[in-house]
Amino acid sequence: MIRGREQPVRPAPFRYLAPDSLEEALSLLCEYGEEAKILAGGQSLLPLMAFRLVRPAVLIDLRNIAELGRYRLEADRLTIGSMVTHRTIELDHRVTSRCDMLAEALDVLGHAAIRNVGTVGGSLAHADPTAEWLAVALALEARVMVTGPRGTRSVAAENFATGWMASCLAPDEILTEVRLDMPGPGTGSAFEEVARRHGDFAVVGAAAAVTVADEAIEGVRIALAGAASTPIRAPRAEALLAGSVPSAQDLEAAGEAAASETDPVADLHGSEDYKRQLARVLTRRAVARAYRRALARP
Amino acid sequence: MTPELHTIRLTVNGAAVSVQVEPRQTLAGALRDQLGLTGTNLGCEHGVCGACTVLLDGRTARSCTLLAVQAQGRSVITVEGLAADGERLHPVQQAFAEHHALQCGFCTPGFLLTTIEYLDEAPAVDSDAIRQRLSGNLCRCTGYHNIVAAVKDLVRRQAAP
Repeated sequence: MIRGREQPVRPAPFRYLAPDSLEEALSLLCEYGEEAKILAGGQSLLPLMAFRLVRPAVLIDLRNIAELGRYRLEADRLTIGSMVTHRTIELDHRVTSRCDMLAEALDVLGHAAIRNVGTVGGSLAHADPTAEWLAVALALEARVMVTGPRGTRSVAAENFATGWMASCLAPDEILTEVRLDMPGPGTGSAFEEVARRHGDFAVVGAAAAVTVADEAIEGVRIALAGAASTPIRAPRAEALLAGSVPSAQDLEAAGEAAASETDPVADLHGSEDYKRQLARVLTRRAVARAYRRALARP
Repeated sequence: MTPELHTIRLTVNGAAVSVQVEPRQTLAGALRDQLGLTGTNLGCEHGVCGACTVLLDGRTARSCTLLAVQAQGRSVITVEGLAADGERLHPVQQAFAEHHALQCGFCTPGFLLTTIEYLDEAPAVDSDAIRQRLSGNLCRCTGYHNIVAAVKDLVRRQAAP
């Protein structure tokens, strides 16, 4: 053994289990209860364990469960197994060409080295309010599939995150897949974010999907990341835009409305005011770009 | 408590190896402490600085934010695996040397492996895209200009017909 350092920084000790099936994983989760944590890609969990902010006694790695590593695009429905990496989706042009919001979100989601290992399910389950996937899921009205000892349930994205880094997942449940509907003809989408450095956590992000009919906005969905303790929709801004052929003033007003719907938490990266300002500007930009794209694909 | 040990088999720089690790051992720890491959440097140890970047099945990964047990059955390339016969510099290493793209050298292994993955994607010559791609690796000497110049040169040479 080479002595690099006397005291390597490491997570606290734990038992490591890598079951081959979802059934086995669920029964292990029942057996160990709150002592156990699920390991997906580990890109959020392992840093927390390195700091010993999280000290699970048991890690249950889902890497050997083949069904969780698959995804499929059938007609407009994209179904992503929870162990699929961000990078797998990013590099599938069939998918990214169908949804600009998703392509743009994946481009700023961490760095390539993180996207190569990090998983879609892991990001969702971690429920960081700045996470791109949660905002995209919210804007596309995705459904999150969750399996536990009481069976499988389908959770609407808006009910998934329940608080700061908290989700509706019970301690004995596993997130198995997310189902997203790709925007159809007449719908354009976009994702905007500001981060300290490209690939860092978003300070604030905005996702928008705009559907047009005869140049007027028929429907719009706006989701914000980093603007509250969970990702949020901006219903007042959405209502303001509905039915309009949006002028610069309309877009500005929608940004203002979205900012008023936020409840940002001040941190190292910005004050509440700064984050509200970002929500205003990024909403305006995301809606404007999504609208232009909607016009371009009747 | 005696730590539980797992025997993992993986390929490191083309050679099949087997190591016994505690589950909490990171891939970086196993490479450095068990296999003696200290070219992979540990900086922040929580996935921010990119110094510990290796290739895992041909794609970059942060070896500090990956458990060794997660690398079971996979193929790892570290900076030690780049020079042919351990002697002739890899073209990316050569370009970094020519452009003085290293000062203290601590971040260099991570930058080299990040660059190798990037070149694999046949990128266009675009300084902004290069900077964006390298943003996951920090140089504590702040010697970014020459690193970008080296990568740009490599991209340009690769893109030339």
